[in-house]
Amino acid sequence: MPCFPGSVSASEFHVKPIGFFDVIVVGAGHAGLEAALVADRMGASTALLTFSRANVGMMSCNPAIGGLGKGQIVREVDALDGAMGRLADQASIQFRLLNANKGPAVRGIRAQQDRSVYRAAALGAVDASGVQLISCEVVGLQHEANRYMIQTTVGSYECSAVVLTTGTFLNGLIHIGSKQIPAGRVDEQRSSCLAQALRGLDLPLGRLKTGTPPRVDGRTVDWSRLELQQADSEPVYFSNFTDSTSLPQIACGIARTNSDTHGLIRSNLHRSAMYSGSIVGRGPRYCPSIEDKISRFGDRDGHQIFLEPEGLDSPLIYPNGLSTSLPEDVQLAVVRSLAGLENARIVQPGYAIEYDYVDPRALSASLEVKVSPGLFLAGQINGTTGYEEAAGQGLAAGINAALLAARRPAVMFGRESSYIGVMIDDLITHGVSEPYRMFTSRAEFRLAMRNDNAEARLHQFGSDVGCLSASRSRQQSEHLDRVSNARKLLQERGLFPQAALAHGLKLNQDGRFRTAWQLLGQNGIDWPNIVAVWPEFESISSSVVGELQADALYAVFEDRQRVERELLRADESISFNDFDFGCVGGLSKELQEKLQLVRPRNLAHATRIEGMTPAALAALAGAVRKAR
Amino acid sequence: MLRADTIFALSSGVGKAAIAVVRLSGPAVPRVLEEMLGSVPRPRRAALRSIRDRNGLVLDEGLVLYFPAPRSETGEHLCEFQVHGGRAVVAALLADLQKRDGLRLAEPGEFARRALFNGKMDLIEAEALGDLLDSETELQRRQALGIGTVGLRKRAEEWREQLIAVSAHLVADLDFSDEGDVPESLMRRVAQQLGDVHSSISQALRTAHAGERIRDGVSVVLAGAPNVGKSSLMNALAGRDVAIVTDIPGTTRDRIEVVFDWEGVPIRLTDTAGIRDSSDMVESLGIERSLGAVAEADIVITLQSAGADAIKVTTKAQIIQVWTKADLQAPPDESLGVSVVTGIGLSQLKSDVARCALDLVGMEPAVVTHRRQMNALNRCLGSLRDAQLSVSAPEICAEHIRFACGAIDALIGRIGVEDMLDAVFSRFCIGK
Repeated sequence: MPCFPGSVSASEFHVKPIGFFDVIVVGAGHAGLEAALVADRMGASTALLTFSRANVGMMSCNPAIGGLGKGQIVREVDALDGAMGRLADQASIQFRLLNANKGPAVRGIRAQQDRSVYRAAALGAVDASGVQLISCEVVGLQHEANRYMIQTTVGSYECSAVVLTTGTFLNGLIHIGSKQIPAGRVDEQRSSCLAQALRGLDLPLGRLKTGTPPRVDGRTVDWSRLELQQADSEPVYFSNFTDSTSLPQIACGIARTNSDTHGLIRSNLHRSAMYSGSIVGRGPRYCPSIEDKISRFGDRDGHQIFLEPEGLDSPLIYPNGLSTSLPEDVQLAVVRSLAGLENARIVQPGYAIEYDYVDPRALSASLEVKVSPGLFLAGQINGTTGYEEAAGQGLAAGINAALLAARRPAVMFGRESSYIGVMIDDLITHGVSEPYRMFTSRAEFRLAMRNDNAEARLHQFGSDVGCLSASRSRQQSEHLDRVSNARKLLQERGLFPQAALAHGLKLNQDGRFRTAWQLLGQNGIDWPNIVAVWPEFESISSSVVGELQADALYAVFEDRQRVERELLRADESISFNDFDFGCVGGLSKELQEKLQLVRPRNLAHATRIEGMTPAALAALAGAVRKAR
Repeated sequence: MLRADTIFALSSGVGKAAIAVVRLSGPAVPRVLEEMLGSVPRPRRAALRSIRDRNGLVLDEGLVLYFPAPRSETGEHLCEFQVHGGRAVVAALLADLQKRDGLRLAEPGEFARRALFNGKMDLIEAEALGDLLDSETELQRRQALGIGTVGLRKRAEEWREQLIAVSAHLVADLDFSDEGDVPESLMRRVAQQLGDVHSSISQALRTAHAGERIRDGVSVVLAGAPNVGKSSLMNALAGRDVAIVTDIPGTTRDRIEVVFDWEGVPIRLTDTAGIRDSSDMVESLGIERSLGAVAEADIVITLQSAGADAIKVTTKAQIIQVWTKADLQAPPDESLGVSVVTGIGLSQLKSDVARCALDLVGMEPAVVTHRRQMNALNRCLGSLRDAQLSVSAPEICAEHIRFACGAIDALIGRIGVEDMLDAVFSRFCIGK
């Protein structure tokens, strides 16, 4: 099948493999790490190929894990016994719960990271697992019958399933002002062999752009002149296995751009790679460069720049909000225009990077390349951005690679039960037009998909798939039992408004009996009010209370969402399998093409294709019924 | 299953006319044009051509219009032959088309259905088109056209836009609150915008009743004592015998309905059983129905005559008093005198009823005309009210707005997260 010319001679392809694995993961970033670890947990013999041990779990951009929507993904990864939650807890130097004053469905855990601690912890996790970590460079990939052959600089390996998590390596090009540097490996010609092998599959490619700010030496910053943002005094952790912080908690600084900054950027806009026209890839709208911010929202008196320390022992500061592709001299002037940074030194300039990605519509819901069974793609190569998004995909791809190696059927994450499911469905249905990042607003079932109930949502899935360690599985089922017992108790106890008065609870004096469960969901009633009435509830642990409170708060939406879920399931049951979309009469050419490209699994999937009209859906449903 | 075949139909009315229009839609159109005209005319330009049959003989000379897919009414290749309207010409053309490969006569509504499938028409437009084809009066036609072009569809799209804008505020507040530059006063704006959409939809719903009246006809009921001449009047107005007329009181046992077009206003006139105390079970049932019809009517015409006193009716409807058999005795009061024998007062009655009906439906064009539309909008209103009550909990507010949007989508199309994000990024400077 796909072959790859280049510097490797044909004879090298047929050298005897020096090892066989069920699953080989290429790339040890956040996607590769989860993919390899989960395949190993599921009992697959697994190899993780990386250019260097130093690259395992490396954070290439901002030193933080989590955030709104992203934090939920980390919780889901943790609920499936993945690594990211525990690693981020261990390496956190500042825990903050975002949206803490809003409802539980939209809160997000964010943890500032010590880069080197995180990397060491990640490497430790690999070493402690059964994953074989191999430092090498992949130079070729070959598909034969039910196996893949991977050529590397240290020899050839054979495997049943491959997970490629190679980030931005496809055609990467770094821009600093007018300077352009190919972002490749040392031996450029050889590494491009893998790129060529991928091209041989004739996958649809697109081009994206992302950027990073200059790194500043924290010792040259006058912190006394900056506003400080402190860590939460009562941190919320990602992992259920964490009960305390491992590292001292630090503060971040907040600087502000001013009219000098804006003037500088405006007068040098033509020297920015993004504005001189040398960048064609589309950048993320939610992570704009400072050039973008000034030219689009220049009327603001200033934009916040968060000064985030990269570690306890590192002098490096990550100025979050200052992503740029301006030339180095302008970058320095911009940094020094900020109050408190007048004498700052730049250690490494900011840059923009362009790279190719694979249109994820070429993938199935298990992240398998449709035209190349056994080949899985995860992470940035699929057009996403963010460590968390990468980890979630890595987990999904790793699970399915292990299942495939064990000749078990593929599984998919549901859109109604996980952010990972929302992400994958979005990717394979809509493709991407900018680097894809998770937001809570992408999820229809947001109120039901929370940090607090990740275990409730995914425990059964994890057990069925077999990716939970025995201790994790036991811990989860104990927790779920405690939650359901407590809920039952709350639903059994209750009182009349009259009786509530005696406990200082003011209810509508309507004579209606209310259960403790109903009270908990009512505005203005908190757990302490409930415990005041029924002291026996005091023994319920706080993690259980949090989940119950959130469930009770959103209980009124349960019925409506159940109806929605049922409708979704009904549409999902109309499955297309290998249905010929070309035979549906009276569909526009544009829709025909989209259908051929996405090949929706079922009617529910088809409804999410852009441009789909109710009439077209009716035509599809009719045609598929006729075809049966 | 067949790939879309090519359909044709006589699109102008049946019968003799100056010009007849025959339309074709489907993939075979360019080939058929090539065969019949010798070449395919320039798209979207009228071309005067000789139209030839399969044997190369000229069928007629006519204007031909060609609209290549997808820029056509059906979204497929479409052409129109405007030929001379004589029956022979049309029959010959249709017969020739019928015999060509891959062509068949269109089923009723098939052009519209193809337009719908190809996204050239949304549900509301299709409904309006249905109304348009069914419309019998000028008012109905105007209403149907109003909906298809500027009415409900445009309004619904505005509401959708406004809800997307509100959602954008909530997205900014929920998903980017940590990233600066999201103003604090957001929630006040959300509450206010929700209120605006709510009142705009309520306004549109208020016209719903008028819309239904126009679509189904304004209901006018003839009521009076037995033998006052209701059925005679009905027959006179209809110009034919729709009701049985005898001298025997209590002849009409059930409601009889006739639809009229009076001065462009659709009128649904109902003849009822005469109202009196009766021991006849069948007649009593009829009288009960009469009273029901009177109660539901928009307009009630109460009849009295020399021999029959006025009856008392309980209704919220407009009442027009008529004195029948005016040829025998003139009305003693300001009632309108009519006679089916001499015909006096009949045209006056028609125009009185039409004027009264027009007042009822109002001059404002109705926006909402179907029960389905009304239900969707009421669902939307309910969710908007819930959303207004929960602005202090933005994630709950957003959930209600999602349902409200779902209801609007049921009306016109779909809301996508992408739309929302576009709105977010054009309004806020977001991201670190």
